[in-house]
Amino acid sequence: MTFLIQQTLVCTIPLLIVAMAGMFAERSGIINIALDGIMIMGAFCGALATYFCQQNGLFGGSGQLVYIFAMLIAAISGAIFSLLLSFSAINLKADQTIGGTALNLLAPALALFIIKIFFMQDKLVMPKETKFVILNNDLPEFLKAFLSRAYISTFIVIALYIVLSILLYKTRFGLRLRACGEHPQAADSVGINVHRMRYIGTTISGALAGLGGYIYIATQAGGTASGSVAGMGFLALAIMIFGNWKPVGIAFGSLLFGLLRCIGYAYNSLDINGDGVFALKDLGLPNYFYNIIPYVAVLVVLMFTSKKSRAPKAEGIPYDKGAR
Amino acid sequence: MKKTNEKFDLLSNNAVKSVVSSLLCIVGGIFVGFIVLLLLAIFTPEIPISDAFKGLTIILGGPFASGKGGDVMFMIGEMLFEATPLLLTGLSVAIAFKTGLFNIGAPGQYLMGTMTSIVVALSVKSTGAGGILVWLLAFLAGTLSGVIWGAIPGIFKAIFGVNEVIVCIMTNWISANIVSWVFKQNGQFINSAGGKSAYTLKTFTNNVQTPKLGLDKLFTGSNIDIGIFIAVLVAVAMYILMNKTTFGYELKACGSNREGARYAGMSAKRNIILSMAIAGGLSAMGAALCYLNGNIEFAWDTYSRLPDVGFNGIPAALLANNNSLGVILSSVFLRYIDKGGFNLAGYTMYNEYVCDLIIAVIIYFAGFAKLIQMLLGGKKKDFKKIPDKPIIIPAEKENTAKEGDKQ
Repeated sequence: MTFLIQQTLVCTIPLLIVAMAGMFAERSGIINIALDGIMIMGAFCGALATYFCQQNGLFGGSGQLVYIFAMLIAAISGAIFSLLLSFSAINLKADQTIGGTALNLLAPALALFIIKIFFMQDKLVMPKETKFVILNNDLPEFLKAFLSRAYISTFIVIALYIVLSILLYKTRFGLRLRACGEHPQAADSVGINVHRMRYIGTTISGALAGLGGYIYIATQAGGTASGSVAGMGFLALAIMIFGNWKPVGIAFGSLLFGLLRCIGYAYNSLDINGDGVFALKDLGLPNYFYNIIPYVAVLVVLMFTSKKSRAPKAEGIPYDKGAR
Repeated sequence: MKKTNEKFDLLSNNAVKSVVSSLLCIVGGIFVGFIVLLLLAIFTPEIPISDAFKGLTIILGGPFASGKGGDVMFMIGEMLFEATPLLLTGLSVAIAFKTGLFNIGAPGQYLMGTMTSIVVALSVKSTGAGGILVWLLAFLAGTLSGVIWGAIPGIFKAIFGVNEVIVCIMTNWISANIVSWVFKQNGQFINSAGGKSAYTLKTFTNNVQTPKLGLDKLFTGSNIDIGIFIAVLVAVAMYILMNKTTFGYELKACGSNREGARYAGMSAKRNIILSMAIAGGLSAMGAALCYLNGNIEFAWDTYSRLPDVGFNGIPAALLANNNSLGVILSSVFLRYIDKGGFNLAGYTMYNEYVCDLIIAVIIYFAGFAKLIQMLLGGKKKDFKKIPDKPIIIPAEKENTAKEGDKQ
């Protein structure tokens, strides 16, 4: 059980933060289909930062500090990379799906190009000595599930999630951002700078997606940046739609997906009530079956809930001052 | 009378403008790629500056860059063979785009086509001249599997109102697992010679292969077959379907304004499902043409990765501005550049990824196609709207309704 909670958290966290990233862009009116590419960029830059720190012995060899520093770099690089999307979508009023697709192609190409030139291989593996795990075994069983062997990034992401939810719903800034995604002309008429708000929304989105990309490769992909995040960006996009463009829905969606995905990875060693019986293993079904479950579950839930689904009204439409 | 003439001029003008803007995007992309090469050469002591210019020549040379006659013919053959599935996935994405749907499900449809065509080609026993019949059966079965798989996102969109992007992403991964599962359970399709088990049997072992008509003699050593001609024919057929038939008109009307199309008496639901089904069939047909070649192995344990050629259909379609005939050129062009990248890795310090970079930049510029066309001159009103994500703008209801009446 403890194991299951720990692993579920590991699977959930990147999805949660990247889905939040998608939400920030879309609530401001920009479709960010480039989440996957931005994740790849963040992962690459974060891995590069880690590599650099380890080579030069920065931060006194403290794994945790290096990790936090790399997360910061990943977020900054994601934010900068997303400016490309903002520029094409906001200033040049280009098609946002095309711009996003271009970024999705650009990120792996750039990352692999640089990795191959400087490291002579197709991937950048962060040195294994980096211990990113908080180890504390003197805790009651329940707390242990959350606190022992947890990554510091987990807590950072949960804190960010809370802060960002409040930002979007309880502050003046959040209200303005949402107005730009619903009815930019109305927002403009009361003096909100729509272009600026959309830039901010997409840049926040880029930072969060870059961060999520680095957390994904550090916690799940064995610390390897290889020009791919296994389609996590697209999954996060799906979870954002699944969560109805709302933080609560996104949290529920990514938890559900994380849990089911985690069962798919670990069904062979899963012993839920600790009685030594591996119930799922004994069923004798192949791993493919468990891999399919999360995707089918999302489809089934969507089938019944989609009538209530509501995308931001103005998303995907370049803001035109003259439009009625 | 004068009015019709004017309209005709405008149409041809728009077509020219769209081609010119695509070419400008390509030039821009290659220029940016060259700048990257140059910057790297300047800042990296190991790379001589002359390599940047050499690199540019090699990329532009594509398959011709190797210089030796035999190699060039081999690479052209491979280029055309690899362009075949890309052409069809590109068409798939383009047709869906025209109906206002983003078919990001091409990889999944491609996988379903792969599985079905290989399974049929290997399990129906062929004797002697029966090979071509089995080929035909496998080709049709593969395509049909894509039609069914592609219809799923369409049905979800039409009946339950679920965003097609999310259903496409889910069905991609579902199909990746189904395909792996089917081959895992059916060991008879797997090539276990020499202790290996990662690939399926080649379909020529059952005497099933695409006719070559001597093309393999012309392009010595390459896998080229008549698949590329089939793909081009399909592209032409799709062009006629989209531009010269009532059905194609309905699909496009649904793409540019769904509510308007409905107002004019077209069934948006039916059109969404049919468009996705056609798109799925095209992707799967690409897979069938690739693997029924006879000499191609399929790495069956694919549950954690999706085929690149599916995703690359998106740039192929975008570069062609979703025009079916344009996709023929864009898919061959993408493979041309790809071959340049392959040569680049062989002759300079750079690597093949610079070509992916160039393609990405080209697509980025293609996003401004409308802006470029505007700069090329002409009235703002005349630009063909590329249907992006299906967005319903009620204010346009009247316009499209009128268009529908004209028919």
